[in-house]
Amino acid sequence: MLLQSGFDVALGLGLLWVAWQALNSSDLFKAIVFFIAFGLLMALAWVRMDAPDIALAEAAIGAGVTGALLLGALARLRASNAGETTMGQAGNGQRRFMASRRLLWIPLLLMAAGLGYAVLSLPGYTPGLSAQVAANLGASGVSNPVTAVLLNFRGYDTLLELVVLLLALLGMWSMAGPAPPPSAEAAAVLDGLSRFLTPLVLLVAAYLLWVGTRAPGGAFQAGSLLGAAGVLLILAGWRANVASTALSLRLVLTAGPGVFVAVAAFSLLMSGQMLKYPPAYAGILILIIEIAATLSIGLTLAGLFLGGRPRGERKSP
Amino acid sequence: MTPTDWIAALLLGMGGVFFLAGTLGLLRFPDVYTRLHALTKADNVGLGLIVLGLSVQADSWVVVGKMLLIWALVLLAGASVAQLIARSVLRRGIRLWRQ
Amino acid sequence: MQQLYLALAMFLLLNLGAGLWRVLRGPTAADRMLAAQLFGTTAVAVLLLLAQAFGEAALRDVALVFALLAPVTAVAFVRRLWPEQGNSRDTD
Repeated sequence: MLLQSGFDVALGLGLLWVAWQALNSSDLFKAIVFFIAFGLLMALAWVRMDAPDIALAEAAIGAGVTGALLLGALARLRASNAGETTMGQAGNGQRRFMASRRLLWIPLLLMAAGLGYAVLSLPGYTPGLSAQVAANLGASGVSNPVTAVLLNFRGYDTLLELVVLLLALLGMWSMAGPAPPPSAEAAAVLDGLSRFLTPLVLLVAAYLLWVGTRAPGGAFQAGSLLGAAGVLLILAGWRANVASTALSLRLVLTAGPGVFVAVAAFSLLMSGQMLKYPPAYAGILILIIEIAATLSIGLTLAGLFLGGRPRGERKSP
Repeated sequence: MTPTDWIAALLLGMGGVFFLAGTLGLLRFPDVYTRLHALTKADNVGLGLIVLGLSVQADSWVVVGKMLLIWALVLLAGASVAQLIARSVLRRGIRLWRQ
Repeated sequence: MQQLYLALAMFLLLNLGAGLWRVLRGPTAADRMLAAQLFGTTAVAVLLLLAQAFGEAALRDVALVFALLAPVTAVAFVRRLWPEQGNSRDTD
């Protein structure tokens, strides 16, 4: 018992310290490494809070996509800042900023007080809706309560999350222009590593998707793994021979939200209510949605890392 | 404690020692190459010993297989990343430490 | 036995905390990246210990994902942020 509390206290303090370092560091690279460490500790914290589903998602997104995405963004930031010399202006603006910074304490303190009040006024323990979820689990088509909530009881949320992810990619495509070409050959070690790991990542993604109906796992975790495989392949210099206008690419990107909306329309016809699956078909409908969502999430995340619209010309190796 | 427990405890303890050695190396060694060397070797052995210690007491062979797979993946990652970072550091012209 | 697993997990967590000093200190970016790599291996070990201590098989899947994706961030660092000299492009 003592050891358990000791572990939790050390983890909590570590999280706070790492979060502070990530926010407070003036060196952006250092901040990113602290953020990566924060993700790792956060995954452990989710484990301790009995939420292995979220720990799995945190692990897949944090280790596979976020770190790489942030490092790629920093590399671009450095490249675009290298040409600019606006030192005088920046210095002036900075001084004004430093002066007004003291005033920031007032709204920050008010906000902290509000948050503290909100947290302290929460009841000590509430079962939430877990009793209802447990009571209706039989009709949901799956036996993992988290999957039941995400894809059946609160299907709307997941549908809209898929749309948000797609919008992020569309926003990036319209802002960033065509993707930068791979400029250097990958070292033999990296080439071999990506060839060896990619099939394994695909296998584990399929496993997580399959196991998600009855144990921690599911579309977001599996999709993040697919995205990570894409990140690894892009880093190794591989490019798919599809342009952003290609029908195949667009079909896979929209498969998740598309299938979800189709199922919503189907359930509207069958039972008169959107996303209210007939219990007999619920299991298979959820699996179909999850497969489509996994593919879309994976491709969207990899597309975000590509850093622009794919151009569709194959770089011969 | 049964003899199996003693073996497991010994392996786990040794794993902890190797992790400690890796961290000491990371903190105390003089340049990036030596630190790379300390970290990617010691920690992987430490993880291997912990996997062995847990395997002695695991419920099933499936669990043992999964833990061995995880160890193999960490070994692969450690070896590849050590080589990639070392090469990148060397090409940047960072000098090797000489006494 | 559970006590031993937890004690070792706690020890590894403190070990990880000590490694954070290298992230703070540097001096090169590679040193910081290396420390992050250490955290990955340590987190895998902690997850395996917790999985056995509490009998939660799902934690082994979390460890598997961490092990599988351990090289991705470091590869992104080597290829994107720290391109080799004589190659000024920031892309891979």
